[in-house]
Amino acid sequence: MGDLRDLYQEVILDHSRKPRNFRPLERADRRVEGFNPLCGDRVTLFVRLENGEVRDISFQGSGCAISTASASMMTEKLKGKTTQEAMRLFDEFHGLVTGKPGGVGNGEELGKLAVFSGVCEFPIRVKCATLAWHALKAALTGGAQSVSTE
Amino acid sequence: MSGSERILKAGAQADASYPRSAPRPGAAFDIEAIRRDFPILQQSVNGHPLVYLDNAATTQKPKAVVDALEHYYTRDNANIHRGVHELSQRATAAYEQAREKARSFVNARSTAEVLFVRSTTEAINLIAHSFGAARVSAGDEILLTRMEHHSNIVPWQMLCERQGARLQVAPVNDRGELILEDFERLLSPKTRLVSLVHLSNALGTVNPVKEIISLAHRRGVPVLLDGAQAAARIPIDVQDLDCDFYALSGHKLYGPTGIGILYGKSELLETMPPFLGGGDMISSVTFEKTLYNKLPNKFEAGTPHVAGAVGLGAAIDYVRGIGIEAIAAHEDELLRHATEAVSRVSGLRIIGTAREKAGILSFVMDGIHPHDIGTILDQQGIAIRAGHHCTQPLMEQFGVPATARASFGMYNTLAEVDALVDGLGKVREVFA
Repeated sequence: MGDLRDLYQEVILDHSRKPRNFRPLERADRRVEGFNPLCGDRVTLFVRLENGEVRDISFQGSGCAISTASASMMTEKLKGKTTQEAMRLFDEFHGLVTGKPGGVGNGEELGKLAVFSGVCEFPIRVKCATLAWHALKAALTGGAQSVSTE
Repeated sequence: MSGSERILKAGAQADASYPRSAPRPGAAFDIEAIRRDFPILQQSVNGHPLVYLDNAATTQKPKAVVDALEHYYTRDNANIHRGVHELSQRATAAYEQAREKARSFVNARSTAEVLFVRSTTEAINLIAHSFGAARVSAGDEILLTRMEHHSNIVPWQMLCERQGARLQVAPVNDRGELILEDFERLLSPKTRLVSLVHLSNALGTVNPVKEIISLAHRRGVPVLLDGAQAAARIPIDVQDLDCDFYALSGHKLYGPTGIGILYGKSELLETMPPFLGGGDMISSVTFEKTLYNKLPNKFEAGTPHVAGAVGLGAAIDYVRGIGIEAIAAHEDELLRHATEAVSRVSGLRIIGTAREKAGILSFVMDGIHPHDIGTILDQQGIAIRAGHHCTQPLMEQFGVPATARASFGMYNTLAEVDALVDGLGKVREVFA
């Protein structure tokens, strides 16, 4: 069960049971629906930006432990970050879970989010871990109102 | 109905010559011998012996099917029909023999009523296009049930859009059974076709199709049965059922992917325009006028999946050698044991508790998403499916985004069911 504990680390289980920032956001100026048709996971991400900074961020939806914890920890991480910093974190996180470090940093910026490193051993679950992050990218680039992992 | 009774008797007589294996008592069902026939089962996954419980998605193939494909491609392969050379004649014979096996398997009156298609999905699309063009106009209705697979919803929505027709959907109760009174009420003078699943892929519900067909026929409405899950679990006799169309997929019947069967009553197929145009479905072509071929070729444009048909024929031989009744009895035992055992897992709820069920067990666990259940079981070598099973309207009714689903095949054992239950215990441990 060693491998499973890499995936389902205690902090991930904790966030999946008690997701943080799990609420709609009044006065959100970005709202993006994320959908994973593979397993039916849905996330709605709310972002309020001020002066190029993530002033507040929250989410709602239903999903597996990985997608819920990922959304929860992402919202914790992003409060107060500039959009540039957030986009860099997207790249770092994506590199981490796909096992292909693609960001400019060495992943240290991710901090607690490093608990998702086990996901790269479970390729089918990468989409779960990145669902909220894809919604974030869409929110920050101001493009799509909804994103799908397929 | 006296006409069809006469036909039924004639069909049953004709079929008596085919070596059908009699139902065997449980003791004679040699599970170890069966397992040896499926090479893929002899492997470890993630360090554990493979426990394959995803048979509703696709079944594994016995060596006989793999051998038939190899034999065909290494000895007989050629394009079929109108070939003067030896290989083409052999390939044509193999293809048409497979059609005869398929005819016998569903007990159709004639091979003219047995069309080879790619899949159940293609079969339903064929009917939606061809029957739809001939018989469905603006204001007409197609009657489905809430427990349909997306493949038995979307083609009808597309038809309705083309023709200005409407979908009616018969409801399902909390056990996952069709509510017959509501179904009957929804049969209207505008209903042009009923299309429903024989055995639900998401719930395991077996629908009372004979009764449903008789209700529809009393109002002159033809019925299409989606037999994708039923084919490997319930003996099919299209004459006894008196269904108008029956669709099934080879790969869920221990045969290859990419080949399926559509049975249709010849009097209906004769009046329907072709689905696809091309070679083999014509008898003559000029730029002024094309004459279509006779049944079943009218509906088989282009070079068909000859090897697939041959493989499906071998699968049908294999299944009939074991006996579909014996397989059904075995799977009933597995389902009964699994239902009892998982009911003792804390926080587990079975989705789909119909009185008539076969082969499929869907469930959810408190606070644990089916996808996580699937991953944790996979780490123990246990293959199940987690998701909406292409039945999103049904998931909505049960208030779940997805379920975990274990589905059985002839080669599964009681010990494998126990492994599943142990595995669910480990799922609980991870999330404790």
